[in-house]
Amino acid sequence: MIEVLYFASLRERLGHDREALEIPPGVSTLGGLAAWLAHRGGPWEEVFAGDETLMMALDQEAADPATDLHDGAEVAFFPPVTGG
Amino acid sequence: MQPVRVQTEAFDVAAEIEALRAGDPHVGGLVTFVGYMRDFNQGDRVETLTLEHYPGMTEKALEAIVTEAGARWDLLGIRVVHRVGELRPGEPIVLVAVTSAHRGEAFRACEFVIDYLKTRAPFWKKERTPQGERWVEARSSDQRAEARWRPGSGKATR
Repeated sequence: MIEVLYFASLRERLGHDREALEIPPGVSTLGGLAAWLAHRGGPWEEVFAGDETLMMALDQEAADPATDLHDGAEVAFFPPVTGG
Repeated sequence: MQPVRVQTEAFDVAAEIEALRAGDPHVGGLVTFVGYMRDFNQGDRVETLTLEHYPGMTEKALEAIVTEAGARWDLLGIRVVHRVGELRPGEPIVLVAVTSAHRGEAFRACEFVIDYLKTRAPFWKKERTPQGERWVEARSSDQRAEARWRPGSGKATR
């Protein structure tokens, strides 16, 4: 199982702040997971298959689409950050 | 005191600065950056600002930035305090305070920390204007400010 978190505008658009998932068959990276999520259609497709900038993290560290997933991972997807 | 704090409560800039400096007679310079909530953005009046963050990652990201600043410059102390939750115009959002024996190190480290915080720490701002609520969009100028500190960009050298 992995835990997937969504923040800020993504959380609002997707209507979820987190979910627990089995790693989908054939998915091994964060980019693969994003592509799998896009297949849910609607806002998922807009967020994960659109051309907007998406940031991601694995186990609370900045990551990118090539980062490998592992069982028990905490994955997060979020828009560009705007703190400070 | 923790070098990095994320909190909903307001903080006292003067008290934070004094706590960082006090008790260290080696301190010769202290530089601070304080970011305040302003009452306008993109031509609209902003009534409140709500800051969301990613608990756990936020603290790790800030600690990594502070650690990198300590590796690049000769510092005596550093403190980062960032508010989350709802803020009103005029309230401090973020404090970065740095002490060192001499001013140059402290000035550079302070600017580095706020530049990195703006592009790497997972905070998001939502503002309420008379027209409704909207998420604040990231600025390309913040990306450029961060890029100045990368190796080979000139500013990265001491």
